[in-house]
Amino acid sequence: MVDDAGKRSFVLKGIGVSPGIVIGKAHLFDPFDARVSFYRLRDKELISEETKRFKAALKESEKQLLEVKNRLRELAGQEPLYIIDVHLLILKDKMFINHTVKYIKDLCINAEWAIKMTIDRYREIFDKVEDEYLKGRISDIRYVGQMITRNLAGGKDVVRDIAGKGIIIAADLSPADTAQMMINKVQGFATDMGGKTSHTAIVARAVEIPAVVGLESITKMVRTNDDIIIDGSAGLVVVNPDPEMIRVYDDKRRHFEIAQENFLKYARLPAVTKDNYRVDIGGNIEFIEEVPTAVSHGAEGIGLYRTEFIYINKGQLPTEEEHFSNYRSIVGVEGLNWATIRTFDLGGDKFYSDPKLAKEMNPQMGLRAIRFCLKEVDMFKVQLRAIARASAFGKTRIMFPMVSGIEEIREAKRIFFEVKDDLVARGIPVGDDIEIGVMIEVPSAVIIADELAKEVDFFSIGTNDLIQYALAIDRINERVTYLYEPLHPAVLRLIKRVIDVGHSAGVRVAMCGEMAGEPAYIMILLGLEIDELSMNPLAIPRVKKIIQESTLKESKALLEKVMTFSSAAVIREFVYNYMRERFPEEFQTNGT
Amino acid sequence: MLPGLIVTDMIVIKTFEIKNKLGLHARVAAKLINISTRFKAKIFFERDGKVANGKSLLSILTLACPLGSRLTIRAEGVDAREAVHDLGKLIEDKFGED
Repeated sequence: MVDDAGKRSFVLKGIGVSPGIVIGKAHLFDPFDARVSFYRLRDKELISEETKRFKAALKESEKQLLEVKNRLRELAGQEPLYIIDVHLLILKDKMFINHTVKYIKDLCINAEWAIKMTIDRYREIFDKVEDEYLKGRISDIRYVGQMITRNLAGGKDVVRDIAGKGIIIAADLSPADTAQMMINKVQGFATDMGGKTSHTAIVARAVEIPAVVGLESITKMVRTNDDIIIDGSAGLVVVNPDPEMIRVYDDKRRHFEIAQENFLKYARLPAVTKDNYRVDIGGNIEFIEEVPTAVSHGAEGIGLYRTEFIYINKGQLPTEEEHFSNYRSIVGVEGLNWATIRTFDLGGDKFYSDPKLAKEMNPQMGLRAIRFCLKEVDMFKVQLRAIARASAFGKTRIMFPMVSGIEEIREAKRIFFEVKDDLVARGIPVGDDIEIGVMIEVPSAVIIADELAKEVDFFSIGTNDLIQYALAIDRINERVTYLYEPLHPAVLRLIKRVIDVGHSAGVRVAMCGEMAGEPAYIMILLGLEIDELSMNPLAIPRVKKIIQESTLKESKALLEKVMTFSSAAVIREFVYNYMRERFPEEFQTNGT
Repeated sequence: MLPGLIVTDMIVIKTFEIKNKLGLHARVAAKLINISTRFKAKIFFERDGKVANGKSLLSILTLACPLGSRLTIRAEGVDAREAVHDLGKLIEDKFGED
């Protein structure tokens, strides 16, 4: 209606966090469509009709939600269904309905307006709730309100609307939101907030959805149904492109897809340099559904299974069987030689649902990961038992996150062996070659790496957190993301120390942070003689290609040179120039 | 200590302790509603002086009951006793969670 001739076309630059190009319609992930009109009813006679209209929209919404529920069941199994049940209950909630009808009657306003008032009322109430999880439920009420409003306007199925063709524009997305979008198969997304290593970005990459974040104010500049192009490789968003621009991008999209296919040729071959140095290549996953992609993209094992999603999005603690069925799906899988399972890393921005936890000023450095596990031993044991049982089916490595001191790893091991011995005593099969390792992501762990090495079989360097803690950067604060620099000489020295210390103690050293999948850094990591690189599966083909075309000798020479520089900027420029010259095809379009 | 069962003119009041780890969250609140809406009796949940309509999910959520909090159920009507019994059993069973 409004969208006739002459929409201005413009380009926004953000941070590309998940490669690929998608052309589609924008969908604002926001409570209300700007085009909804609010008005007073002309006279009281219209009240009963307006109430009927509201009730009809409720019925229609219910019908659609039931349909969504059935589709989700086919698509995703049991997990996300309860959230739909909650939405259904909100739709049928007497208080919600009565308040809305009362607003229509008392104020003589249209249903859209009344719904907005009801939601505002609940927002006020929920804002006062201490519990972060419950506070977040206002989003479910808004979601339902939006659905009813859509139906008042003549009824389009909101979820189906987005499914398969929509591009989500939002201020920010929680990991749980993103998981929901994976199920709805959205085409891509762009957000105001976020940085390269926010969990939203990680999830987007994992499920191969092109995404650009850190756009600052895209939600204010784009409206639902605007034509939009997301270039997740370059970090660009084109709004209202003209036909020529669409043609150009359509071309780019095709090239990207062809390039992806080419990469797959290298993917299944081992990552061996021309002078015969072999690196094990793992895939980082958080959903078991990603296993086939990991295998097809060349993962030789699972180098990091993030177990948080077993907990998130549920509202209740997972049972041992739920844990086990997840682990069983990644251990002993054909084509994968090992599975490294990280015990839960709850806390920080990933954790939401325990009201017992006090609000923390700085959750990233708060009670999370191994610290939390060692406090909630019963919960911890459930997970450890399931991992131990799964280990009977294939090579399993168990990894403890956020270890900052020797007591933590000793205690975690003690609990694990207690659980394992108990299983053995009860005659339940357990793998006899389980390896135990620590994630090296706290600077103190680097400093005492020699001590930690006496306790474990392997290290895995988690560069995202290590960089954030070492350089004192909040990784979701977009105002300081410019300081996030994996090539900082301090970071390189930390990594070098971990690998050197590990090797002299006979400990295997892996890297599972984002850095491990960045093509430009691969020769540096080769030069350091890393044993395993584990990354987002989509990054594997390019990384393998670079390894296959390099030599250990030249990588060591490059590293040696780089270690003589004192400035991060100088190192970055040197490395990128070197890589551009060395692999002109790889680095032409994908600027730094 | 649970206060005793008080029955007057089909008003039944009983207090329970929330024992499941995550407290009264959306999923368990949904389970409560599925039971409470089966009864004719009017049902109210009370916590710390706040009262919620026992048949409204949103209303129950706003009580924000964490682990260890005490929730009083009041039912008024012909099947009040059964309602409190069934709802209480669900709470005592930690809503089937561990």
